[in-house]
This record gives sequence, C-alpha cells and structure tokens, in this order.
Amino acid sequence: MSTESQRLAVRKTYKLYVGGAFPRSESGRSYQVHSASGDFLANAALGSRKDVRDAVKAARSAVAKWSGATAYNRGQILYRVAEMLEGRREQFAAEVSAAEGLPPAEAAALVDAAVDRWVWYAGWSDKLAQVHGGANPVAGPYFNLSSPEPTGVVGIVAPAGSSLLGLVSVIAPAIVTGNTVVVLASTDRPLPAVTLGEVLATSDLPGGVVNLLTGSVAEMAPWLAAHMDVNAVDLTGVTDSTLARELEVAAAENLKRVIRPSDPDWQADPGLGRMLSLLEIKTVWHPKGV
Amino acid sequence: MDFSYAPAPESRSIVDIRSSYGLFIGGEFVDGKGEPFKSINPASEEQLAEVACADAADVDAAVSAARHAYDTVWGPMPGRERAKYLFRIARIIQERSREFAVLESLDNGKPIRESRDVDLPLVAAHFFYYAGWADKLPYAGFGPDPRPLGVAGQVIPWNFPLLMLAWKIAPALAAGNTVVLKPAETTPLTALLFAEICRQADLPPGVVNIITGAGETGRLLVEHPGVDKVAFTGSTEVGRAIARAVAGTRKRLTLELGGKAANIVFDDAPLDQAVEGVVNGIFFNQGHVCCAGSRLLLQESVAEEFLAALKRRMAQLRVGDPLDKNTDVGAINSAAQLVRIRELSQVGEQEGAERWSAPCELPDRGFWFAPTIFTGVTQAHRIAREEIFGPVLSVLTFRTPDEAVEKANNTPYGLSAGVWTEKGSRILQIADRLRAGVVWANTFNKFDPASPFGGYKESGYGREGGRHGLEAYLEH
Amino acid sequence: MTLTAEVARSQGALRTFLHGLPGVDQVGAEQRAAMLGTRSIKTTAKAQAIDLAIRMVDLTTLEGSDTPGKVRALCAKAVRPDPADGTCPSAAAVCVYPAMIGVAAETLRGTGVHLASVATAFPSGQAPLAVKLADTRAAVADGADEIDMVISRGAFLAGRYAQVHDEIAAVKQACGDAHLKVILETGELATLDNVRRASWLAMLAGADFIKTSTGKVQPAATLPVTLVMLEAVRDFRAETGRIVGVKPAGGIRTAKDAIKYLVMVNETAGPDWLDPDRFRFGASTLLNDLLMQRTKLATGRYSGPDYFTLD
Repeated sequence: MSTESQRLAVRKTYKLYVGGAFPRSESGRSYQVHSASGDFLANAALGSRKDVRDAVKAARSAVAKWSGATAYNRGQILYRVAEMLEGRREQFAAEVSAAEGLPPAEAAALVDAAVDRWVWYAGWSDKLAQVHGGANPVAGPYFNLSSPEPTGVVGIVAPAGSSLLGLVSVIAPAIVTGNTVVVLASTDRPLPAVTLGEVLATSDLPGGVVNLLTGSVAEMAPWLAAHMDVNAVDLTGVTDSTLARELEVAAAENLKRVIRPSDPDWQADPGLGRMLSLLEIKTVWHPKGV
Repeated sequence: MDFSYAPAPESRSIVDIRSSYGLFIGGEFVDGKGEPFKSINPASEEQLAEVACADAADVDAAVSAARHAYDTVWGPMPGRERAKYLFRIARIIQERSREFAVLESLDNGKPIRESRDVDLPLVAAHFFYYAGWADKLPYAGFGPDPRPLGVAGQVIPWNFPLLMLAWKIAPALAAGNTVVLKPAETTPLTALLFAEICRQADLPPGVVNIITGAGETGRLLVEHPGVDKVAFTGSTEVGRAIARAVAGTRKRLTLELGGKAANIVFDDAPLDQAVEGVVNGIFFNQGHVCCAGSRLLLQESVAEEFLAALKRRMAQLRVGDPLDKNTDVGAINSAAQLVRIRELSQVGEQEGAERWSAPCELPDRGFWFAPTIFTGVTQAHRIAREEIFGPVLSVLTFRTPDEAVEKANNTPYGLSAGVWTEKGSRILQIADRLRAGVVWANTFNKFDPASPFGGYKESGYGREGGRHGLEAYLEH
Repeated sequence: MTLTAEVARSQGALRTFLHGLPGVDQVGAEQRAAMLGTRSIKTTAKAQAIDLAIRMVDLTTLEGSDTPGKVRALCAKAVRPDPADGTCPSAAAVCVYPAMIGVAAETLRGTGVHLASVATAFPSGQAPLAVKLADTRAAVADGADEIDMVISRGAFLAGRYAQVHDEIAAVKQACGDAHLKVILETGELATLDNVRRASWLAMLAGADFIKTSTGKVQPAATLPVTLVMLEAVRDFRAETGRIVGVKPAGGIRTAKDAIKYLVMVNETAGPDWLDPDRFRFGASTLLNDLLMQRTKLATGRYSGPDYFTLD
C-alpha cells in the first residue's frame, strides 16, 4: 500500500449544469454510473422533465445575448474554452478511459482530438457567414443579401458512445453560430459531460448557452423534442429507432429542425453539415435608388 | 371627368384546354385509377376540364418511372447535358408564356397582369438560373462531390401553381434528381401543360412525372417508400403531418409553410411607396401568398395619415375578371377558401375590430372577396395570429422600434417581414432582429431565382432559390 | 395662419417644411409608374382618352427659328386640329416665345384656345429678377393669358428656397389674371425627393400649374417624375383645399404615351384632374399622333402623316 492510499479521497459530485449553475436534479434523484468494465464510478443526477423545462428556459434566456454577440467575440470565448479543455486533458482522459473502456493512450488521443475539434469550430464563428451567405445577383435594382442566423434553442441528444469527442462534436457546431443548447448527455457515459460543464462554467461562456443534463435519455428526450420553445433537435445519440421516430414526430409539432440519429466516425472531418443544419438563412432586400 | 376603362380582356383562344387530362407518368399521359375530378374557373365556376386522380397504384407507377429514369438516364447523365435540357425548357416556357399565363389565370383566378408580368417571367428565370447550376455543383459549397438524392416527391399549392412547380422541379433536376410532382387539386392545368413542354423538350421519360389528385394522392406520394426526398409548399397544418409522416425514415424534407408577416411602417417612411408596398403586400394575388404582409404595424404618429392614404389607394383597386388586363385583384381560388376568409373576417368583427372594405362591385358568379382592412386589431385577435390567406389586412399600431420588433416576432410563423423607413441604420438593425427568412426593406413581395426564400419557426425549413436552394436536393 | 403663410415666413421655415416631406423611394416610384403604364385602354375608353388628350395639349413651338407664319399655322391647328373632322376638339393652348405673342393673339382671339408664353428668361432662368418680371409683364400685356416660368434651379439646388419662393411669388403677382405655370426643370433636379420639394415650393408660392420641363433639357417629362408631381398636387389640395394643375412637357410623342399619363392622373391625383384646366401636355408632335389614332378608331384603318397638317 502506498502512502497516497492512506489519504481519504475527496470524491467529486456530478451535478447538472443549467443556466451557468450546478443544480441537482429537481427530482432529487440520482443514478449510479459505472465504467465500461462495470466498476462503480460515481452517482450522477437523474434529470427529470422539469430539469428539461428549466434548461430550455435557461437556454432561451441566453439566446439574445449569445446570438447578439459579435462573431469575433464568440470565437474568442470558444477558443478560451479550448484553452481550458487543454488544461484538463488528464482528467478528461481518465474519464474517457473509464467511460469507454479504452487504454489511457487511446483515451488521451480522443481528448486531444476533442480539443482540436473545439478549436476548429471556434474559428468558424466569423467565417461561416462569408462561406454560407453573401450577395445575390437579383434581376433588378436591389441590394439582396443572405446571411446565416442561429435557429435559436437546440435540444441535443449527445452520442451514446463517444463521451467527449462525440459530445463536443455536437455541441460546438450548434453554439459557434449563436444557438444555445440543452444537451442530454450519454446515459451510460455522462461523466465527461459534467466535467465539460465545469470547464464551461469557468470560461467566459455566458450561463445558459450550454446546459447539460444527465440521466435517462429515454425519459427526458420526449420532453425536449416536444417542447414548443425549442427550435431544433439533434437526435444524433438516439440509439433506439422507435424512440427516434417518436422524437421526430414530437418535434414536428412546432416544425423543429431535426438532425436524425447517426453514429459517424467522430475522428473524421466533420464538414459544415452540422452547423448548416442549425442555421436559418435570412435574405434582406432593399431598393437601390437616389 | 369619369375615365372608366373599357373591358380589355386577354384572349383565351391562345390556349387549347382539353376536356380531360390524364396523369403524366413515364413520359406518357395515362388514365388515373382514382375518381376523376373537375377543375373549374373560380371567376365563373365553369368547368375547365376533368382531371385524373392518382390512386396508390398510380403513385407507385409514377415513383417507379422516376426511379427508373434516375437509375438509367438522369442520374448517370453529365451535368452539362442536364443543363441543356433545363435551358431548353426555360426557352419553351418563354415562347409559350402567354399561353401559360392565360391558362394560369383561368384555372387559378389570378389577374392576367400578374400571371403575365410576375409568374411567367419568374418561372422561366427559375429554369434558366438552375440550368446553369447543373454542371457546376462541385462549386456550390456543398463539398467537392455533391450527389443527387434520387427520387423527389413534391407537393405544391394552388396560389402560384406554375411558379411553385418551377421552384420545385428546376433545382431538383439540376441537382440530378428525378421528380414526381403533385399540383394542387384546384389548379392542375398549368402543371399538365408543363408536362407537354417536357415532351416538347425531349426530356427523357420519367424524369418528370405529374400526378394529379387531392390530399390523399399527396399523402400517398410523400409516404411512398421509394421517395428519397419530400418537398412541400402549403399550409403549416399539412406540413406538420408530412413531418410526422417522414419521421423515422431516411427521406430528406423541406417545407415552405404559412406565414403572418408584419409590415412595419415608421413615421419617416417614403409614404407613397409604403402605401404601394402595403397594398402589394396583402392584395397581390388576392392575398393568397404565404409571405403576404398580412399584419400592418403602423407607428402611431403616422397611423391616421397612412390609413387615409391606404383606403384611398384601396378604393382604386380594380377587382374582377382575371383575364381583363386592367384587373388588380382577381377571384378567390375556391369556394372553400372563400368560406375560410369570410369566417375569419366575421371573427374579426366579433372580436371588436373595425372592418373596412374597398367599395367595389363584385361579379355575381364565381368566388370574390373585396379588399378589406381591419383596424383596432391587437395581438390577441385571431385575425392578427391566424393566416387568412386572402385579401384581408390587420392593422396594429406601435410606438417604439422595440415594440414593433416584439409584435412582429410574436407569432409562431417566421416567413417574411417588411420594414419601411428612410433611416438606413434603423433598417439594418431591425432587419437583424426580425425572425423571418425574408425581410423586405422599403419594398415587398419581391422574388428572384437567385434569392433564397423560406421560413423560420413554423413557416418551415429549407430554402428555395439561389445557391442555398440546391442544398435541399443534394447529398453532402 | 395658413400653411402657405406659415412656411413662407422664413428660409428656415421653408427648409424645415420641405425637408420634412416624406421621402420618395425611386425604385418604388418607378415601379408604380411602370405598373400604371401596363393599363390597357381600349375602344370607348381609348376614344375618350384621345379626345381628352387633344383638349389638354399645349401646342408648343419654342425655337429660335420660329416665324410668324409658322406660329399662325400652329394656332390654326390648335383651334381645328383636324380640319376634316368637325367633331375633333381644339387643343388647350398654344405656347410660344414672347416675341410671337402678338401674332398668336391675333389668330386665337375668340377661339377659346388659350395663349401661353414662356417668360422669365426661358429656358435657363439666368437673368436678374427685374428682367424676369419685366419679361412676364410684357407677355401678359401682349395678350398671353398663361405664363410658363422657369425656377432658378441653381438657387433651389443650393438650398436657397426662400429666393426661389419669392421669385415665383413675384412673378405670380406680375401675371395679374394670367395663369402661372412653374417649370421645375426636373431633368436638372437629380432626385425625386427634389421634385417633390420643388413641387411644394412652387405651390406654396402661388403656382397655378407645376410643369416638368422646358423641353430643352434631357430628360424632359417622365412618368415617375409626373407621378411624384401628381402626388404633390393631390396632397397639397388635401392640405390647403387649392387645386394646382400639372403639365408634363417634352418627350411625349405618341397617343400611347399620353394615355399612360392620363391613367396616371386618374389613379393618382384623381378624376378631378382629368380636365384641361388641371392637366396639360406640353407637346408638338404628340397632337398628330393623337389625330392619327383618333382617325384609326373612327375609320378602322391606320392613317399616315400625309393626311395631317405639318406642325
């Protein structure tokens, strides 16, 4: 026995991250999270429909400020997040390793990829409008400009398997353009998400831009998909096809934009697809005269 | 002096309407297995033609024909060859535009001035625009190797029958898809004439299939498992049902749905042009326009003056025979739509809004509704929230720019909006804050094939027109 | 105090008023004008419009080479535009240089056709006020009952509104009973905002008519410019109760063009302006085309210039 083991460890409490704060579930419930090999890792908050409701409210409140920030400012804030992720590489690697059952080196590589992914998206903040918007040459004396705008509040079901790289690969493309998000973390592998929340809380990201809920996706997702103040749902992490269909049906009630479930190679170049799926195009016309 | 314009009817002899029409499947006109229905002239209630109705087997045949054409000819065809077909179609439409315009006005009830000067030029322009994209897709910004989706099932409304067809078919074909398109039940005739154009252009059979019928035919089409992509323009209610129907499938979906656009007039607006813009915003095409400026938001300090000018202008609208070249407002498209407009107008009165209709004589036969405004409307009135889809304008007032934006955005819809002010910085900031896919500043109801069109929120998703409009038909 | 007296009080008040008028969006105004141009005026309406247009023509010759003979011929034509057809109405007026007033007055006496003279150092207006007033008084004394004056565009464009206003008011006084048409020379005003302001300025100063152009500057009358002027007289009437006429001049050569203007009058200022006392065309070749179209309507065949008198 080493001397370190004689010291009683201070265990971490894993809570929700909503509106910039770390509440427990309003339901008072928690659940046990185990590693890939079945060892007990921690208790996590078991989010409820009311937590979904609160998170959507927090996300909605954050829309005006976040979408109204300059693209440069959003890029700065997101890059700052990447800096802080980098500082926690070892903690993330340990959590990813435990969650996904990977050897430490592979887990560390995934963490590096996640940080790099975040940096990649951060840089898009002040470029996407140039790539995906622009002047349209209409046949008349008009100024005509199309610009992408965030769709608003996005509900995300994070990938069930890829606990950090997959997670940042769905959050970053949503928020970089000015959306705010409510994320349902992987039910079985939620711990890196909670740690990500801690990183975000200590960054300059305004509270409510990212809200992270742990618990049962099957229990919470229907509330998120049906919520009338949510503009889009990203169902990437939904693994049950019946549930996926039900969620899409629920999303239709207010014509939410829907990203269907998928399990892509998270290491591959993500392209623009995820960002574009959560954008609106606004086209402004004005006459040209004297 | 009283200067009354003598009747100036466009001749209908230019168009040869057949007594009955079949379905256009695999390049041939075939009988439908459903119960045929009648298409009538809404201005006179006369029957124009009997039109086939596609049942499940017909829909299946159409989708199969489209699939076959996709697999064997259209999919493998180089983009530059597809482009030439589309250019050819565009040219034929230009050459036969008067014929299309007359038929459109007969079947739809819209004034010939609009079908001739707005719909048809835009239809041809749309095909020209997307024709040029067919061999340039790798440069469209959707990756180096964008691929078509396959068979597109497209369902379009009755308000701009041929224009909506163009908005659907042109980008789909340019991107390499084949299509099965269902025009609206009350306005199928120009789509069927378009089928003849496809033959005239020697378009390979099955690339474009036109199936006619009512809502059930549309449902069969969007739910058909052989369809890879669904595109719908119409009501939010039906859009919702379609979104549910494609849930859990691999079908891609774009929806262009309803609206309740605010047209915001500030006290420093160019008043005469603003009056024109408001009139055009709500009375263009009898108000059967999803992006119609159906809520007028007037700044208090100019409200009285503006309303007086608006009424004066409305009194000059010439309502009547759609084929008369001087008609400004034509017939309501159908008896059912007229009922809805009347019902909501009655609700407006019951809720205490003040109704004013332009003094105009309406013909005895056909479906007509005088241009109407409601004043004293609040956000709580149903006529300020629900899409009336007719020549009815709800007038509200505001005091500050913040209030205007708040009211404009206070709707589940988000298709379009208008803002009228001579102050440039105000335009730009308000345009930023309006949650709508198209913002017309000091103009309204302008359309162009190069300009993306589509909504926020419950007005749907996806864009039609421009480079953005290609995305709906490409795998990337 | 009336609006007229109120805003004419000072340069500052005039400027505040004129710059407070609603702006004109050029593209919107042009589209409205173009849309009105698509009106299809056929059969009985066309016949009515052509006769009205003939009655509104200020048959004009303003050339250095004008001769008494030419002016006499023009006057005769104004009185009886179509000698072969007794049902053809007379033109509204003949418009000449001051030197030709005497000749014209002789020919027109007792015919009901008005005699208009340009004055105030037409077409440039580049003369001292005293000269302009003398020019005006002389024209009226010689028998002109309508005076077409030009404004000082330089003063207007430099923002010296009071100067322009006072000049017009002085000329109006010099006119006595003669009607005053104020030429804005819209081709030099650059923007439709300026057209609206100049229209109001002229009306406030007492103009009986506002007129687009001298005919010596391009562009002369256009439909969008006339639209803005028609809106101005409509609004001025609503504000003051006084009806001011409008005269597009220059560039209107065909019956088809003239009918477009009449449609615009009808649907902008309203039927009250469909009257030779409220709307005129300053034109020369227009009359012959009106006559040819009139004959076509009456006979059912196209006519040719050989059958109408030369201007």
